[in-house]
Amino acid sequence: MESTQIREYLPVLMLVILAVGFSFGMLLFSVIVGKKGRRPAIKDTAYECGMLPIGAGNTRLSVKFYLVAMLFILFDIEVVFLYPWAVVYKDMLRTNGPAILGAMLSFMLILFVGYIYALKKRAFDWKN
Amino acid sequence: MTQAIIDWAQSPAGAFALFSALKILCAFSVLMFIVAYSVWVERKVAAAIQDRIGPNRVGFFGLLQPAADAVKAFLKEDFTPGHVRKVYFWLAPAIVMIPSLLTMALIPFGSNIGSQKMVIADLNVGILYTFGIVSLGVYGIVLAGYAANSKYPFLGGIRSSAQMISYEIAMGLSVIPIFLLVGDLNLSSVISYQSGGIFGWLIFKQPIAFLIFMVAMFAETNRLPFDLPESEQELAGGYNVEYSSMKFALFFMGEYAAMTTASAMMVTLFLGGWTLPFAGLDQPATTLIGGILHIAIFLVKMCSVIFMIIWVRWMWPRFRYDQLMDLGWRRFIPLALANIVITAIIVWAATK
Repeated sequence: MESTQIREYLPVLMLVILAVGFSFGMLLFSVIVGKKGRRPAIKDTAYECGMLPIGAGNTRLSVKFYLVAMLFILFDIEVVFLYPWAVVYKDMLRTNGPAILGAMLSFMLILFVGYIYALKKRAFDWKN
Repeated sequence: MTQAIIDWAQSPAGAFALFSALKILCAFSVLMFIVAYSVWVERKVAAAIQDRIGPNRVGFFGLLQPAADAVKAFLKEDFTPGHVRKVYFWLAPAIVMIPSLLTMALIPFGSNIGSQKMVIADLNVGILYTFGIVSLGVYGIVLAGYAANSKYPFLGGIRSSAQMISYEIAMGLSVIPIFLLVGDLNLSSVISYQSGGIFGWLIFKQPIAFLIFMVAMFAETNRLPFDLPESEQELAGGYNVEYSSMKFALFFMGEYAAMTTASAMMVTLFLGGWTLPFAGLDQPATTLIGGILHIAIFLVKMCSVIFMIIWVRWMWPRFRYDQLMDLGWRRFIPLALANIVITAIIVWAATK
């Protein structure tokens, strides 16, 4: 049983090899056949619509983006928790309906309270 | 030696490996063909909508344009500017390309030919694998923005990361009602659930889920009206500004490959996959003709979705950034959660 399950992943491994080989092969091939040009100093500067670049390339970014990333991790983990529930839901309804529905409703309620909190803390406020 | 190879090919494990390799090569070639020609279709549709002619110089109707573009991309100078972070700059295009190729592994593109199921890997984790790989897509773009060490790509990369992770939640939540109804993560079971009558298709059973999934798909693949990472008018191209030659082309191939696999995903989840609700085409094929017909049905459905995506690009203006984030976080997440609860209650009431 276990060996057949691992065997099922063999095509995925083959596809990974193909995808990696294809992508890096393309990069390598274009280096081999591509034109070799001169390298004047202006070519090495960052592109800013033809003007000489001003300041550093990496400006600081708004803390909002970190907030989005943190909220994403919280919500995404909860989404993943919902999948196993969704799969067993129909089967468990026959034996223990109120338990499985109640368990997930309470989970969703807690999730929703967190969502309202983030909303009230203006985490989704993008105007400013 | 030869005898050993023949023996291995006839053993179950050997036959499995060979057929898998064959399926991967076929699916990969078809995907690459669709990627190349969806660029051509996009340019032709754009031209028709804007009352232009579009590519018509290379070959009949400009049909050889993708080949000419490929040759051009290879022969251009592959230039690495001095101010970039070299390793990441080289890795980023490949990292954009790889996940969009890997997503196709789980998609059933036909019923079966002979005893072979027409899916590269029929895993029981199904949709979890797909979402896992789709999430990796953001790395390439963020890395490209970071590696370029320049302002436009940096802004593009930041925007893209925030946009893609926001819509990933909506996308993940939107499909949960489907698995409440199907009760299995395997994508082949999702298709067999949709057989029998056109109203068995999940687009009719879960219209809200379909709507959220469709919009999230546009955002995940960075297509208009959500193409803020690239937005030509503000960022002059976004994360790919500093790239040239094949590295630049790989970003576009990655985008179109992601678009193709996302369409395939949508066909599988909502539009009945390889089935058609008449002439017995919703059951797994028993003959060779039937098997080929199922693949054709799947490809036609997929190309229709791709055509819709292309059409939308020229019909909609771009969203503003705060509108985009509002739509994802304030509209879609509550809507998707409500959809899950309502579906759960309906399923509960139906089993009583």
